[in-house]
Amino acid sequence: MRALDVVGFAWGSLRGYPGRTVLIGIAMAIGVGAVVVLTALGEGARGYVVNQFASLGTNLLIVFPGRTETGGAAPGMFVGQTPRDLTLEDALALARSPLITRVAPLTVGSALVSYGGRSREAPVLGTTAEWLAIRHMEMATGHFLPAGDPRAAASVCVIGAKVRDELFGAENAVGKWVRIGDRRYRVIGVIASGGVNLGFNTDELVMVPVASAQALFNIQSLLRVLVEARTRDEIEAAKRHTEDVLRTRHEGELDVTVVTQDAVLATFDRILRALTLAVGGIAGISLAVAGILIMNVMLIAVSQRRQEIGLLKAVGATRRQIRAVFLAEAMVLAVLGALAGLVLGYAGSFLIRQLYPMLPALAPAWAVAAALLTALSTSVVFTLLPARRAARLDPVLALSRR
Amino acid sequence: MIRLEQLDRIFQVGDQQVHALRDVNLRIDKGEYLSLMGPSGSGKSTLLNIIGLLDRPSSGRYLLDGRDVTALSDEQQAQVRREKIGFVFQFFHLIARLSAQQNVEVPMVLGGLPPAERARRARELLERYGLGNRAHHRPEQLSGGQRQRVAIARATVMQPGVLLADEPTGNLDRASGQEVIGLLEALHEQGTTLIVVTHDPALGQRAHRRLRLVDGSIDQDVRT
Repeated sequence: MRALDVVGFAWGSLRGYPGRTVLIGIAMAIGVGAVVVLTALGEGARGYVVNQFASLGTNLLIVFPGRTETGGAAPGMFVGQTPRDLTLEDALALARSPLITRVAPLTVGSALVSYGGRSREAPVLGTTAEWLAIRHMEMATGHFLPAGDPRAAASVCVIGAKVRDELFGAENAVGKWVRIGDRRYRVIGVIASGGVNLGFNTDELVMVPVASAQALFNIQSLLRVLVEARTRDEIEAAKRHTEDVLRTRHEGELDVTVVTQDAVLATFDRILRALTLAVGGIAGISLAVAGILIMNVMLIAVSQRRQEIGLLKAVGATRRQIRAVFLAEAMVLAVLGALAGLVLGYAGSFLIRQLYPMLPALAPAWAVAAALLTALSTSVVFTLLPARRAARLDPVLALSRR
Repeated sequence: MIRLEQLDRIFQVGDQQVHALRDVNLRIDKGEYLSLMGPSGSGKSTLLNIIGLLDRPSSGRYLLDGRDVTALSDEQQAQVRREKIGFVFQFFHLIARLSAQQNVEVPMVLGGLPPAERARRARELLERYGLGNRAHHRPEQLSGGQRQRVAIARATVMQPGVLLADEPTGNLDRASGQEVIGLLEALHEQGTTLIVVTHDPALGQRAHRRLRLVDGSIDQDVRT
């Protein structure tokens, strides 16, 4: 029997029972579609997170004070504590390195910001002019903090869009004086709205020169130092260099932690990929269910078509041919169902992308391939039993039933 | 040529053994026209099924053209059925979703013949059996007599040496029955061995050799 004839015969019997064919096809399509849509969602979430981080610059190092380590139990020993602050001088020392292009110190506090009769509690960030470039932020109007000696505590500030709206309303903010805590600062710029930066909503921020913030909050230490390596390839070298510099400055003890943006990114990437895999696996279960459905329907088909099977045997079909015909039927069904599922899945992901443009929801190739393979193999595996039963049918008995 | 030697067929029904055939010895020469008659349960259908390789004897030998066919594998038996034996059934057993021509093509599809040749041979045969304008009709659109003629076309399309008919007119009115008998006898004239199982004495009497089975044994073997 020719391969094309086997498929043709299978196609003919599928068309002979359209209701059954369509229902099983739908079950298969839903299974495959679910895998495609769910993995697309997972991939979309992953892509979203990765993009967010990538937009912050992937050649970024973040230094923060303290180091998690296990101290000894010897008497008089401090356990896992940091005796030294991370200071502005540390940050400036890093800026002199050839591997490092930019350094932005960061200190954070919260203070009452007021203008005229209105006032509002806002997080106040102290940093330097470098921040703008490192965090890829943009200004709506005016200028960012002035470059120059970071130790100089200039009385200027930059405010977020929401802070400007709340305090100034329709009034022009640039050039006005606001009161932050017990000091007065001149507004020199407004940050473009819509960004989320290192956990802060930039719309609600007030930013001042780092030295001003230190004076305002009466602190010497820094919360973070952001370090930008020259290139992505040099990030490991820059990390080691940073650690060396700080160890030297901290009397030979490495009491800071340096993480790369890449490391954070890779962790998120791994977590979300695992999630996608899990979700895809759960959707895969529906494919197995579709497989069992196929088995059921094929068993029914075998008993419905006893006469036909008996006849085929009488006119010279071998067991192998009968098996092949039923397996081909299941396979054609699976392929059609899977194709419908792919259309369904891609349409679903397209819809998600339309509704949530920031989610790049597209099923990864491995998930699509796995879904198709699972669909095909489950339907074949689950048809082995019915096909075997058909092949072993006694032709005399099969023909005698009317 | 068909030779059956000491053929037994025993069915197990519950805890009872039923002898459908006992010690059947029979020789059917090429080109014979033979009828198998006998009361219900006498084993005539069983005998026909064994000759058609749809059933296997419990013991004894069956030689077809000098070859012992009871010992053949499934694959080989299927090939023998396809090439040497044609079946005509009381209930036609046409595949409902296939057209007349496609039904006739089924044995050739199983045999792996190229589509063009299949179509040519099927058309030719349908034409010869007076169904030229019914080739694309499905069985439900055909009369009983037409259906049986399609079934005969299917049985003869591989040009088998032996044609087995199990009550070929049992489900037809007189006129169609006569048409079908005429067709079968014409095939016999051309040299095909024709074996007919029937209840109908009138039909049985037409055969040149008449076998009567009683309780699984050959009771009478009459030639004219």
